[in-house]
Amino acid sequence: MNNWITRLIERPKSILKSGKSGAPDGLWVKCPGCAETLYNKELLRNTMVCPKCSHHLRVSAGERAGQLFDQDSFEACDTSLHSEDPLSFKDKKRYKDRLKDAGKKAGREEAVHNYLGDIGGHTVSATIFEFNYMGGSMGSVVGEKIVRAMERALERHCPYLLVTASGGARMQEGVLSLMQMAKTSAAANRLHKAKLPFVCLLTDPTMGGVSASVAWLGDVILAEPGALIGFAGPRVIQETVGETLPEGFQRSKFLLEKGLIDDVIDRRELRTYLRTLLTHLTHRPYRQAG
Amino acid sequence: MSLSYLEFERPIAELTAKIDELSQMGSDSSMDIAEEVERLTAKRDKLIQQVYAKVTSWQVSQLARHPDRPYFLDYVPLIFDDFQELHGDRAFAEDAAIVGGVARFREQSVMLVGHQKGRDTKEKLKRNFGMPRPEGYRKALRLFRMAERFEMPVLTFIDTAGAWPGIDAEERGQSEAIARNLMELSGLKVPIICTVIGEGGSGGALAIGVGDRMYMQEFTTYSVISPEGCAAILWRDRKYAEQAAEALKPSANDLLSLKLIDGIIPEPVGGAHRNVEKAAELMADVLDKTLAELLTLPQAKLLEQRHKRLRQMGVYGES
Repeated sequence: MNNWITRLIERPKSILKSGKSGAPDGLWVKCPGCAETLYNKELLRNTMVCPKCSHHLRVSAGERAGQLFDQDSFEACDTSLHSEDPLSFKDKKRYKDRLKDAGKKAGREEAVHNYLGDIGGHTVSATIFEFNYMGGSMGSVVGEKIVRAMERALERHCPYLLVTASGGARMQEGVLSLMQMAKTSAAANRLHKAKLPFVCLLTDPTMGGVSASVAWLGDVILAEPGALIGFAGPRVIQETVGETLPEGFQRSKFLLEKGLIDDVIDRRELRTYLRTLLTHLTHRPYRQAG
Repeated sequence: MSLSYLEFERPIAELTAKIDELSQMGSDSSMDIAEEVERLTAKRDKLIQQVYAKVTSWQVSQLARHPDRPYFLDYVPLIFDDFQELHGDRAFAEDAAIVGGVARFREQSVMLVGHQKGRDTKEKLKRNFGMPRPEGYRKALRLFRMAERFEMPVLTFIDTAGAWPGIDAEERGQSEAIARNLMELSGLKVPIICTVIGEGGSGGALAIGVGDRMYMQEFTTYSVISPEGCAAILWRDRKYAEQAAEALKPSANDLLSLKLIDGIIPEPVGGAHRNVEKAAELMADVLDKTLAELLTLPQAKLLEQRHKRLRQMGVYGES
């Protein structure tokens, strides 16, 4: 990647302000990276990557599926699950009301969408996080859907793709949310045992309980440019250590330099990259008899 | 040992102070004073019982991190023999926030792994207040694998506010270290018993908390986030920690009713810190029975049960 692009992408202040996700409603949208006013349709055509500065805007799960899968090759799965309120949780607002609001904002599909589809001719079971639904937080439904998608990969003997975008565990389901970390990691173990390729794509942001479980259990772990990825949030760390965080801290390039992820992939190259990777991982020239 | 008292224990503290005062006065002693001391002591013990019988989730949250609460290494010599501590992750550093090693438990070899908070300031710093860095989890993983090779059960003891939220921890892959442990523990081919002995703080606790059986001592918590952290996010103010503690339902009773743990290990009247030996005895009994049961299970059955246990976690609807 060109140096000037890298510099722009990794400019942390501008990325921090990019609170919005998904396709903007209006005709025009302001790029959170370079503040350029962009034509929405052009942005969508460019997979929601700013043509001027290559800033990666957040995309919805449905849109992501459209970008990744071969045309007309995919279907949504496990669409009938919905959250309950086992703790009767109430903070300033009731959990039940938060769920209703989330449904209105991001659709009733909860914070992950499951798909079965083809990427460059490879059938793949996939889970894609929907950050617009309660910050992509992982509660019981999210855990269950991830496990079902992994089990679908086991049944069909196909690769599993996980695209994360999550603030972490869903506090409103208390320790049940925490246990989803164990549940999904146990299922990931079965994928590994079955020698099925498991690819993670970490997108902005991937934090907390999601980061510290399935997000880091793939055979290959990729990240989008500029994505914030980590266990503890930058604000919590800042409060704890009381010193300024290094530039680019917890951004994908930083993680790549620390040896924590396999590569940072531009969204416009992603489909091609995955097709090639899946070909490598499913070829198996040394499959032994017995 | 003079105990620290929590806010809700104030009546107990006041009565205890009175008893201490009287007994000092009466050391040369008239019968009257001795009788009065005895009467007040009985009254105090009854009061402790009453106060502790109806503790709220917030009060349990405080008890779980009571400054006098016994830590992992307080229990080890009381429950196990010949403990030999094994250090380091073989890659980066020794993390004293997690302690591990081999020991004997009623004629069985066992692998012990637990969080350790530190009692005085110097030890607290050495142990980073019981908040592990990635190397702590990687040491634990090394010991889990070693236990598997030598076919010995693993006993873990959970007591942490959470994994260390520091720059260094992030740079060395805190998320990866925790995730790896969750996955490896789910398939480890020996019995694993996890016990919460204080604070079960989020992913930092869970990273040594995946197993075949899960117990909590009576006055402990297990939560997705600390009450203070939850209050800061959802109420946007830490002073709502009490409300957050009630909402998160983190006490042993809460987890038992959610069917997330197998049982509650009773504590001596007024909490483990009032009688460490008794607390150890009560814990050892449960560990002994559970271990005996797990050791009879063939490996395939053990792993199948663990898989089912993890698979069914969660509450959701399907239409």
